[in-house]
Amino acid sequence: MAQAAIELIGINKSFGAVRANRDINLEVARGTIHGIVGENGAGKSTLMSILYGFYQADSGEIRVDGKPVSIHTSNDAIALGIGMVHQHFMLVDNFTVLENVILGAENDALLKSSIAKARSELDRLEREYGLEVEPDAVIEELAVGLQQRVEILKALYRGAEILILDEPTGVLTPAEADHLFRILKQLKDQGKTIVLITHKLREIMAITDTVSVMRQGTMVATRVTKETTVGELAELMVGRRVLLRVEKGESEAGAVKLSVKNLTVKDSRGVTMVDNVSFDVRGGEIVGIAGVAGNGQSELLEAISGIRHAVSGEVMLDGKPIDLTGKADPGELRDRGLAHVPEDRHHVGLVLAFEENENSILGYHDDERYLKGPFLDIEAIMADAKDKIEKYDIRPGNPRLKTANFSGGNQQKIVLAREMEQDPGVLIVGQPTRGVDVGAIEFIHKRLIAMRDQGKAVLVVSVELDEIRSLSDRILVMFAGRVVGERGPDATEGELGLLMAGVEHQEAAE
Amino acid sequence: MDMFNAIVQVLDSTIRLSVPLLLACLAGLYSERAGIFDIGLEGKMLVGAFAGASAAAVFHSALIGLGTAVLISVAFALVHGFASITHRGNQIVSGVAINFIAAGSTIILGQAWFQQGGRTPALQPGERFEAITWPGADAIKDVPIIGPIYAELISGHSILVYFAFAMVPFTWWVLFRTRFGLRMRAVGENPAAVDTAGISVAWLRYRALICTGILTGVAGAYLSMVQNGGFVKDMTAGKGYIALAALIFAKWKPVNAMFACLLFGFLDAAAIRLQGSPLPIIGKVPVQFMQALPYVLTVILLAGFIGKAIPPRAGGVPYVKER
Amino acid sequence: MSTPYAKLPAWADYGLIPLINLSVAFIVAGFVVMLVGENPFRAAVILVEGAFGKGTGIAFTLFYATTFIFTGLSVAVAAHCSLFNIGTEGQAYIGGLGIALVCLSLDSVMPWWVIFPIAIVAAATFGALWGLIPAYLQAKRGSHIVITTIMFNFIAASVMVYLLVGPLKPAGSQAPQTRNFLAGAELPKLNWIIELFGAKIRSAPLNICFLLALVMAFLVWLLIWRTRLGYEMRTYGHSPKAARYAGISETRIIITAMMISGALAGMMALNPVMGDQHNVAIDFVSGAGYVGIAVALMGRLHPVGIVLAAILFGMLYQGGAELAFEMPAISRDMIVIIQGLVILFAGALEHMFRPYIQALFASVSPKSVGMQAVNGKGA
Repeated sequence: MAQAAIELIGINKSFGAVRANRDINLEVARGTIHGIVGENGAGKSTLMSILYGFYQADSGEIRVDGKPVSIHTSNDAIALGIGMVHQHFMLVDNFTVLENVILGAENDALLKSSIAKARSELDRLEREYGLEVEPDAVIEELAVGLQQRVEILKALYRGAEILILDEPTGVLTPAEADHLFRILKQLKDQGKTIVLITHKLREIMAITDTVSVMRQGTMVATRVTKETTVGELAELMVGRRVLLRVEKGESEAGAVKLSVKNLTVKDSRGVTMVDNVSFDVRGGEIVGIAGVAGNGQSELLEAISGIRHAVSGEVMLDGKPIDLTGKADPGELRDRGLAHVPEDRHHVGLVLAFEENENSILGYHDDERYLKGPFLDIEAIMADAKDKIEKYDIRPGNPRLKTANFSGGNQQKIVLAREMEQDPGVLIVGQPTRGVDVGAIEFIHKRLIAMRDQGKAVLVVSVELDEIRSLSDRILVMFAGRVVGERGPDATEGELGLLMAGVEHQEAAE
Repeated sequence: MDMFNAIVQVLDSTIRLSVPLLLACLAGLYSERAGIFDIGLEGKMLVGAFAGASAAAVFHSALIGLGTAVLISVAFALVHGFASITHRGNQIVSGVAINFIAAGSTIILGQAWFQQGGRTPALQPGERFEAITWPGADAIKDVPIIGPIYAELISGHSILVYFAFAMVPFTWWVLFRTRFGLRMRAVGENPAAVDTAGISVAWLRYRALICTGILTGVAGAYLSMVQNGGFVKDMTAGKGYIALAALIFAKWKPVNAMFACLLFGFLDAAAIRLQGSPLPIIGKVPVQFMQALPYVLTVILLAGFIGKAIPPRAGGVPYVKER
Repeated sequence: MSTPYAKLPAWADYGLIPLINLSVAFIVAGFVVMLVGENPFRAAVILVEGAFGKGTGIAFTLFYATTFIFTGLSVAVAAHCSLFNIGTEGQAYIGGLGIALVCLSLDSVMPWWVIFPIAIVAAATFGALWGLIPAYLQAKRGSHIVITTIMFNFIAASVMVYLLVGPLKPAGSQAPQTRNFLAGAELPKLNWIIELFGAKIRSAPLNICFLLALVMAFLVWLLIWRTRLGYEMRTYGHSPKAARYAGISETRIIITAMMISGALAGMMALNPVMGDQHNVAIDFVSGAGYVGIAVALMGRLHPVGIVLAAILFGMLYQGGAELAFEMPAISRDMIVIIQGLVILFAGALEHMFRPYIQALFASVSPKSVGMQAVNGKGA
């Protein structure tokens, strides 16, 4: 075994009462790619942020190249040859590539020599690793994949020997991800050590040499990648056999309730996000939309729910059109039986500063049930909230508690309870279980299937392929704003994966 | 020729009136570019004016006056930093607080120390910054056109006037050609990028605020030690806010800032000059209209009717490491 | 992002911490008093006695408080919708214009009880309209409301100066103000209430506006926490995206909130104009709009807190006048400093002492400090 580039010994870190990392031990050999997997909230990012000096460990020791080191700031980490590519890029959007690369690594008080040096360095790195990027381009005008490349260049420019990547493929198209992996392999061949944080097991299997699994703040296992399987890693991640399939009967699809025809949506920069998409959702069926994040799913949901302006096309709810100018009144759509569980519950689906009961009427606050003239009917609202708490097992069961104090799963239940209990004809759900604990996932899936069995039309968008396969009666795959395929519930992961990667789509286009 | 002389005189007073605006505007540029809103320019100018005139009168030295003005103004800037950087308080609220503390304390201390109803003693020669006459200014004063322009507009101002205009290219150079400027612009756009690059966000912002304090201090000293021979209560009279307006008008750029301040200074000069007398074609324009014009223009700009003013993206938001 | 702070019991959150912040502001003010060579403790005694020692003092204190209740409520209503209305000053000034127009045209033909309601409507309308333009620009053009309202304060000042030295000034007068109103536009005093308690009052301007202010405080409470509109304002205030999702129109809610805020600001003018001066003079608002910021922050945006904070500031203004009389080194501008310090410590530095208090609570009784659960967000 090669010498360890990084050793973490007995690392502990708490935020308030939450222990994000407990007694973590980790060893990464020089010149290897090491994966760290775990669910959201398992403590992966915290651990790496400690290594990068962004947080301080409460206790424990860090060794780099066998020598004990103390890393108090990112500067210390950089000096030790540690570089990090963050999940959310740490770039200044209106700076050029060069300016971003030299920021914090300038030669002296004036910029002239730094810029000249960076220019020649970028040139060298481009030749050595194929990291091609225009040095004078402004970041906000670059594609996401290129922005990520700038992040890697930043680290290499600072002389990084150890490179940490935090969920690097979350925002990439499959082609961009492949390119990234080629770059990482090349870096490894040049002797760099790479730590890859992800929750996608496929990536781990494809590219890493060794892999560690984290669960609830602890390091539960380390394996040589070749000697393990996806099944074993998945089990280690969640701690018990993953419930891949929720029991459900055959769907009895009825009349079309939601119909999308030739829908096209552009974002504020004029880039087409949803491209001529058409599909129907019938009563009594769950239609799942699969796809890598950022392929237009979010925009599709927003357009259907009347929040976002659509350029062309039409959406029919129970045979009547929805206003797609972006000025639709979501309240009116609710009255027409369209319920929407948004992807971002922290900023959209909930007001975290509100009490639970206040959130339980969000969007339905103009409903007569909750009003007495212009006044809120507090008694009715409280009774209603208590009722939902009981039905959906929301804990703690206190409707006066601030919503921010509920866990992710319970927050999601608050939103689901609100939307489902309105007895809508059509329910659209974005990322039903993002950031939700395992126990709550099962509950939420069962509820969604119950909605289907009551004859509702359910549209689910999720980046979790397992979830889509488990829930859906029909699966649509989105890639680059288009629906590139439709499959039944028995479609294999490989088949869907190819569609999500846009493979068939590209072949068809050629 | 009368017309020409009148124009020269208006332009001359335009320069004099724009100087405090320009200094305060550039001061605001440093803090806002670093992501700290500063509506406390007014207050910092005011304490600068008071401290400058007081120290100059007591120690009989203009330079000691200027130094004290800068020192006290920087101290107030640091209070703003303590509240809005260290304690992540609301930057607007902190700015409002500083304006109040400045307004009250200059009067209370002035009265307590000098007993002249809030004024400081009239400054004697040597205690204030005198006009500098450029070589040959007197000699060519009577040459038509060039004479008055050289003697009135270019020559005959105090050192602080030249300092203010020199600060324009200097600030541009700092912003776009130095490491400090690069980092400062970065921290105003995306502090997390600066933090992960191993640079202290807080220290960087504090340094930007120190620059702000220095310039507001000089602006205050100009008011009490050049424009006026001593401190009078509330002598900034809203100039800090006009400077803020000019900063927006200039879209946070140094050279634009100079033109914006000259424009607002010109409006002020014209209002004084025209006081009551009718303009050709338009007729009599109320003084108040001219006084309100900078604010009206800024509102129109903000409304996006003449270009769009996009402030630094991280402006006004305290930096918290994301968890 | 929620702060990783532990929770404190409500009484500590809403009582203890503001009290500590306030005390620190006064301690710093005490140092300023020492700096000018006076005894801060004697100053405090004079201040409190001046404000509450005699019936007249109390009446004056409540008169000032009336003004501050209006401006504090004005700032608070906008703040609940996450709008920082620094324009209360200008809205109040323009509100005074509305009152002037009503009073000057009706005071010779109608009694006060007819004019008063009309004047309320006029003041509120003028104030609301002055708040409307910045609100519209924020909602429709994205212009930062803090900056536009500051600009509008200066524009309001120019407009009022123009009118008061020109069209509204009676011929032959030198003073920049309207003519004095006739008896029809003078509001009844409330001093008899204080006299009920046995205090003697020489002459004080406390008037019926005080009751109006209390009514408005109650109505604001009702609006914010008990009506659909208030719910919508708070939703928007916490999260504009959630408001959009919930079908709340951004334009409508911003404009409505700012107009209510402006209306409350405009109504402030009733107190000094119809209750005391009986004319509209230059700069009659004299900073009360800015005091409203301090009052709203101090009162933590709650009407009950605002009434208490307004009385505190009323006390400072009245006591400060007495103080200036007793201690020549201290003028009423001392109040301006205290105001600034209160805004600094209760507003910008409101969280400065919180960690210490929490540590204290945690060490004294760990049970009282429940820890906040983390959000489901990845750590």
